[in-house]
Amino acid sequence: MIRRILPPLLSGTLFGAGLALGGMTDPARVRGFLDLFGDWDPTLAFVMGGAVIVMAIAWRFQPRMAHPLFAEKFALPDRSDLTPKLIGGAALFGIGWGIAGLCPGPGLAALVIEPASAAFFVAAMLAGMGIVRLVEKD
Amino acid sequence: MSLPGFPDAAPLAGLGGGILIGLAAALMLLGAGRIAGVSGIFARATGLSDSGMSKPGAWMFVLGLPLGAFIVALATGGLPANFASPAYLVVAGLLVGIGTRLGSGCTSGHGVCGVSRLSQRSLVATVTFMAAGIATVALMNTLGMEVLP
Repeated sequence: MIRRILPPLLSGTLFGAGLALGGMTDPARVRGFLDLFGDWDPTLAFVMGGAVIVMAIAWRFQPRMAHPLFAEKFALPDRSDLTPKLIGGAALFGIGWGIAGLCPGPGLAALVIEPASAAFFVAAMLAGMGIVRLVEKD
Repeated sequence: MSLPGFPDAAPLAGLGGGILIGLAAALMLLGAGRIAGVSGIFARATGLSDSGMSKPGAWMFVLGLPLGAFIVALATGGLPANFASPAYLVVAGLLVGIGTRLGSGCTSGHGVCGVSRLSQRSLVATVTFMAAGIATVALMNTLGMEVLP
């Protein structure tokens, strides 16, 4: 049980700390990055750059491991097809991201920083996910 | 440290935050054998997705996000937080919720884990949501829509 609980808790905590340290829990900073044609704030490029470099190293180790440290096997996405659903979904997500300067991670992390505001975003995000679930089940 | 030409940028804090996020995603990959995609894990935790990690594990990850932010807020004596009004937050949240499920991921799963793996789907998704976000902010600015206080 500890093996199943502790790694995701530690990962989530590190993730939330990274979002907060990088300024991503402040929508003004995220919108500043998306304001490419205005008063551009490049901070998010450093956040993504740092994260991608560390993960690129992790991907080099992954194929050499017979199994993950705390699990029996790797369960990774293997699709490579480009579909209208993927692109349309990403576009809708990007529009929402631009409107409020929040994506799922910072929205959830901000629940302890600005709970009254973040709760509106998280509740609506949950509703949006629920709508897709309902439509796709039919 | 500041960046010449960008007085508001925080490059070192950004890089440090990014490295923590990378370590978090690396721990998820090499420890649990899974992608640290926040939208997918949140959907799994709340029962809106049937695939992915165990439900208790998903909840642990989701609860860790505010916990980690709380620790940083304590250590730094508070974090800036400029949020839009509820109406904008609700519209944005709906679009983000629908978009991440249809698009199979968000900034973490596609933008960090997929891009670093050079996944074609993730590269296309990331370019798409970046472009959509930039276009949205540009359009709103053009229309004079003030979102943040």
